[in-house]
Amino acid sequence: MFDFLYEPWPWYVAGPIIGLTVPILLLLGGKMFGVSANLRHACAACNFGNVQFFNYDWKSAGKWNLTFLVGSVLGGFLGGYVFANPEPIALAQSTITDLQAMGIQDFNGLVPDDLFAWGALGSIPGLIVLIVGGFLVGFGARYAGGCTSGHAISGLSDLQLASLIAVIGFFIGGLLMTWIIYPIILS
Amino acid sequence: MKFSEYLKYLVIGTVFGFVLMKSEVVSWFRIQEMFRFDAFHMYGIIGVAVIVGIISVQIIKRNNMKDANGNPISIPPKDASQVKRYLIGGSMFGLGWALLGACPGPMFALLGSGLTIMAIPILAALAGTYTYGLLRDKLPH
Repeated sequence: MFDFLYEPWPWYVAGPIIGLTVPILLLLGGKMFGVSANLRHACAACNFGNVQFFNYDWKSAGKWNLTFLVGSVLGGFLGGYVFANPEPIALAQSTITDLQAMGIQDFNGLVPDDLFAWGALGSIPGLIVLIVGGFLVGFGARYAGGCTSGHAISGLSDLQLASLIAVIGFFIGGLLMTWIIYPIILS
Repeated sequence: MKFSEYLKYLVIGTVFGFVLMKSEVVSWFRIQEMFRFDAFHMYGIIGVAVIVGIISVQIIKRNNMKDANGNPISIPPKDASQVKRYLIGGSMFGLGWALLGACPGPMFALLGSGLTIMAIPILAALAGTYTYGLLRDKLPH
């Protein structure tokens, strides 16, 4: 009866649950769903050099969200370790063919071992993916005022034009990276 | 905040992280597949999440519902006139999202699943956030 916990979940199961996060957080405490705000709270907690952008009461603003983030790590442990999906991802064949042509060899896990292992830090593509990728996610999310959760889910749920523009930006950057820049990085 | 409140947010975050793993949203492969328009999976998840979100937010707004503490729920509007900020910042985020194959939620869920190397992009994301804070006044918004 609990077999579903060990299986991959289709989009029509995951979509509604992720969408319901928005009203649940609003109804619980008037909170807006947005994960990347936690990166700002973490910077505010340290705030080396007294940067103005991080001068605010991060505890009262962010304790609930940082707790949510700790939950996400725990959920990752449960969903990705304890109840990990047993089979490799059922990827589209065209994606597999394209990625193989780019040199990706490992298709067993959620991420390719070629790029996401400690050893990858010794290669230029690994360094670019892990460090430049992470940096752009953090910088871009704050510049745009939100990430996938804050804009694509929360903002669009509230029909915010600003979020629609941001999501268009996400796709401009994402398509440019996937189709033009990534093949150069991996070549 | 009381202990019971922490517990609520911890549980919601746990469910969120669990769903991200089970639906493979955390997967670099799924993000590649999405930006190549090779599968409906990610569009289905984000699309349905947004539809459920829109309906719920409309119900909350039209009924002037209050939160569990009895406070009115208000959603601050974002200033859509700052087009540069959303377009440039959004594009930079998109470059990073496709490169790393993970946005902030999945970065942390993957770390929890035992993929310890995610500590590196998380630190890099913190450095990115901090750098934005430093340069904020010099950037077009």
